[in-house]
Amino acid sequence: MNQHGRFGPTRPITLKILRYKPGFIDPPRYDTFQVQADPLMTVLDALEEIKATADSTLLYRHSCHHASCGTCGMKVNGREQLACVARLVDEGTDEVVVEPLGSAPLVADLVVDMTPFALHMAPSGMALVRDSEFMPEAERPAGVERYTRYEDCIECNICLSACPVANTNPGFIGPAGLAAAYRALVTGERPAAEVFAYVDHDDGVWRCHSAMECSAVCPSDVQPGHKIMALRRELVAYKVKRFFKRG
Amino acid sequence: MAVPIQQKSTGARALQAWFNPLKRSAGFLAFVLMRVTGIGLVIYLLLHMVVIGNLLRGPEGWDALVATMKSPAVLVLDVILIAGILIHMLNGIRVTIIGLGFGTSSHKGIFWTLMAVAALLLAYSGWLVFTK
Repeated sequence: MNQHGRFGPTRPITLKILRYKPGFIDPPRYDTFQVQADPLMTVLDALEEIKATADSTLLYRHSCHHASCGTCGMKVNGREQLACVARLVDEGTDEVVVEPLGSAPLVADLVVDMTPFALHMAPSGMALVRDSEFMPEAERPAGVERYTRYEDCIECNICLSACPVANTNPGFIGPAGLAAAYRALVTGERPAAEVFAYVDHDDGVWRCHSAMECSAVCPSDVQPGHKIMALRRELVAYKVKRFFKRG
Repeated sequence: MAVPIQQKSTGARALQAWFNPLKRSAGFLAFVLMRVTGIGLVIYLLLHMVVIGNLLRGPEGWDALVATMKSPAVLVLDVILIAGILIHMLNGIRVTIIGLGFGTSSHKGIFWTLMAVAALLLAYSGWLVFTK
């Protein structure tokens, strides 16, 4: 058994972590720490060890530790991942660079401001948990007022960070918001005209430049890039139909 | 136990968001290529207009320019220009197809297929440029 209470050999891995604290560590810099990583040690495990034993001022967000809350999204060796399931040894490097997500204002160290993301998600009406539309006929046990259904999107902001357009255009609704709009359309959560009015503008569905990186990095297999393209197809069909109805 | 080792500064990362394809997927590479070739083609069009302006210098000026254009170095630039046109044009077809919601699940395959077509056409074009 190793020092982490798990089995498996350990090897030293250096974490190069971006640090920023307005007025104190300003401009940002990288701090470097070394940990003894076993095959199961995640980036979040390493951050917790650093915070507990080396630098208690290190700031990062986390909650569930099992990829369902979407809180610990960050860049690991330049690629967006959930720190709680990204294993250090899987990176295959002796040094692992840990940085905050892009496209969101940096608050401190690895913590970004999620407000812009939430503001882009809210108009779709697709919150993380919402009423089920699939089982209206199902019998409910006594005391259960209604069923709820969990959406795939864990609202981690990883897709916006990986999107090259969102990184340079803060007004862009972004992959998660547009994917949510598509869900609102296909489930009937919102009237089609309302959804299309929300996405049919320069910073909406047409701003996407098809890099599809959002789909590549999404830890929850939402495939937001694919949803954006499907939303465009529906929008074009809607416009064509409306054009001929007018004629 | 974690041990602090060293500290050093970092610079701006804005350009990385558009032009750094490292650790990214094929779609991001397509995005980068589209921008690089697009910027390159705009620069070429501006240079082209300047070069065409040599017509105003009469036959002597134009003949000298044509002689320069036949030098191996300029022919290499011609091949680079053709590469830019092919990549931008074929990638544009990919963007159009998936941008309308078709073949999104195959977008990587579409990209690599079109880039293979670009490579074949470029090889043929290069052969024509240097032999004809």
